[in-house]
Amino acid sequence: MRRLLLKNLLRRPVTEIAPSPDDATLAELAAKLDRAAQRRLGRSLAIREVDAGSCNACELEIHALNNAFYDLERFGLRFVASPRHADVLLVTGPVTKNMREALERTYAATPDPKWVVAVGNCAVDGGIFAGSYAVTGGVDNVVPVDLHIKGCPPSPTELLKGLLALLEPVNQR
Amino acid sequence: MAALIDIAKKGRKADAHRPWPRTIVTSDAWRLVVQQLVEARATMIGLWGDAGAVHLALIEEPSGEIGVFTLECRDGKFPSVGALHPPAIRLERAISSLYGLKPIGSPDARPWLDLGFWGVTHPLGKARKTRGAQAPYAFLPVEGEGLHQIPVGPVHAGIIEPGHFRFTANGETVVRLEQRLGYVHKGIESLMAGASIEHGALLAGRTSGDSTVAYALAFAHAVEAALQVKVPPRAIWLRALMAELERLANHFGDIGAICNDASFSLIYAECGILRERTLRAAEACFGHRLMMDRVVPGGVAEDLRSEGEASLHQLLKIVRDRFPELIEIYDNTASLQDRTVTTGYLAPTLARAFGAGGYVGRASGRAFDARKAIAYPPYDELEFEVPVRDDGDVNARVWLRIREVEQSLKLIDQILARLARGPLRAELGKTGEVREGLGLVEGFRGDVLVSVRLDANGAIERCHLRDPSWFQWPLLEAAIEGNIVADFPLCNKSFNCSYSGHDL
Repeated sequence: MRRLLLKNLLRRPVTEIAPSPDDATLAELAAKLDRAAQRRLGRSLAIREVDAGSCNACELEIHALNNAFYDLERFGLRFVASPRHADVLLVTGPVTKNMREALERTYAATPDPKWVVAVGNCAVDGGIFAGSYAVTGGVDNVVPVDLHIKGCPPSPTELLKGLLALLEPVNQR
Repeated sequence: MAALIDIAKKGRKADAHRPWPRTIVTSDAWRLVVQQLVEARATMIGLWGDAGAVHLALIEEPSGEIGVFTLECRDGKFPSVGALHPPAIRLERAISSLYGLKPIGSPDARPWLDLGFWGVTHPLGKARKTRGAQAPYAFLPVEGEGLHQIPVGPVHAGIIEPGHFRFTANGETVVRLEQRLGYVHKGIESLMAGASIEHGALLAGRTSGDSTVAYALAFAHAVEAALQVKVPPRAIWLRALMAELERLANHFGDIGAICNDASFSLIYAECGILRERTLRAAEACFGHRLMMDRVVPGGVAEDLRSEGEASLHQLLKIVRDRFPELIEIYDNTASLQDRTVTTGYLAPTLARAFGAGGYVGRASGRAFDARKAIAYPPYDELEFEVPVRDDGDVNARVWLRIREVEQSLKLIDQILARLARGPLRAELGKTGEVREGLGLVEGFRGDVLVSVRLDANGAIERCHLRDPSWFQWPLLEAAIEGNIVADFPLCNKSFNCSYSGHDL
């Protein structure tokens, strides 16, 4: 094990430079977010992930944000175990009817100020699962959404762009 | 071993079910079929509902002979399989909730998947609108001194899918775990009905995202069998390449995550890097990190990109360079072994009875791998071994994955060496009659079964997708018994069952 640790010290880090948030994402946020709320949160955001019926592909890519290439925590963004510790709910899936109540309760348990980020095409409008008896068709139908990150699933880079946009106005000050 | 064939002779053969026969049987013959399961002469690989009928698919091992048997349900009833063969209980509960067909004599009449929020009952059968709340779900009663219950979920602490676990513990020791699943039920099978084959492939590829290649492949196999389409050789090789890349990526992720649940983050970090490199190679090859929608009925959607092959060779080199070192660390770290060895033991008798596939079955002595058992192309031409162990604990399931990584690397070598130029996709064409097909494909988690019935215009009439998790989730309840509550994440991760694939 020591050998591996030593080798890793000598290797170049795999962590990559962060992508810059795209304009569309920033525009969506600017229209919706209360800057005062954002200032209060500062540069550190705690994220609670809620799978509301995704096929688990989005979860895989959200997981990847924690790997050495993307290293989410260097931006002050980290995943927490309870909504009570969270500033941001990262919601995936078309919100199945079976998960609706759980999502509402998770939202209610998250202290203000809070943001909701809907991740993946089916979180936007139900995507490919829209029209089924078992889905409500999009996170918007259940809790207010501040930012959409599209993709099926969005790549970690796309996720990172979206999440960094949450911090962006703070950085500019 | 002639038993299934003998029973099939007594029934009426369905006209166009391929590649294996489907037989419509009387309730007497149905009981004979179930008897095959009870006497362990065959393994159940699927049990699903249809309009006024139930289908039971079995495989005889080691011959790999598959038979599908259908019982038409008069008055919406059928004799319970689960009453005699417990692995069928959840499947029957799902049939009952989705179709309203009642398994007579079933020991468990509670709903499954239907948590009471759909606004309809029996959505795939004679749907009826419901209003107001249903009766609360009755968890199994637990009696005894000093017991307490710990309800967990549906929203869990990590970045994982939702499901409810009801633990009953005596101090630190788990006495019983009862699962309640269905939270991510999206009604995929209802969306399949009436969909085009192209749209069906998109849905199949989103049944369980981690197995998108396996699902797309099983769906494609079923459709191609039904329509008797011959897939071009290059497409067959490329499909296998994708399947092995998917297996690699998931096994890296799992090995790392299991170690992480034992608080050993070094291997987690290193495996995370290997997984990411695999996904990047997949993107370089096929333009999508998870290779979603790349396998399509008739062939593959796109060719291996020019930069792909070089990135694969680079990936193989890196993995071969780094992975052995990680295995050595896993094997020589006492604190890690202390957590994984003897934890979450699954008895081989249970694995066999449930027909558990993948690393769950193979770590508990069930040497089943669809790539060998039915040897679908190109695996009939490839050299590889199916690692099997019988120690059945978390450690065994880690080692199984390690060995399978090694086999997948070997397979990718062979695939790259034999990849010849040629067309990528065959036309599906129309048949003008109702056709049925069955596909059974080995995903990273185990065997994925897809059954389709196409109408005369080539649209999907009925499509059933059965995740390997159906036969693994119940076994997790057994494996956790007697372990400490704190080891549940470790046991759960070593199974890594799919919620979405199960809930559909």
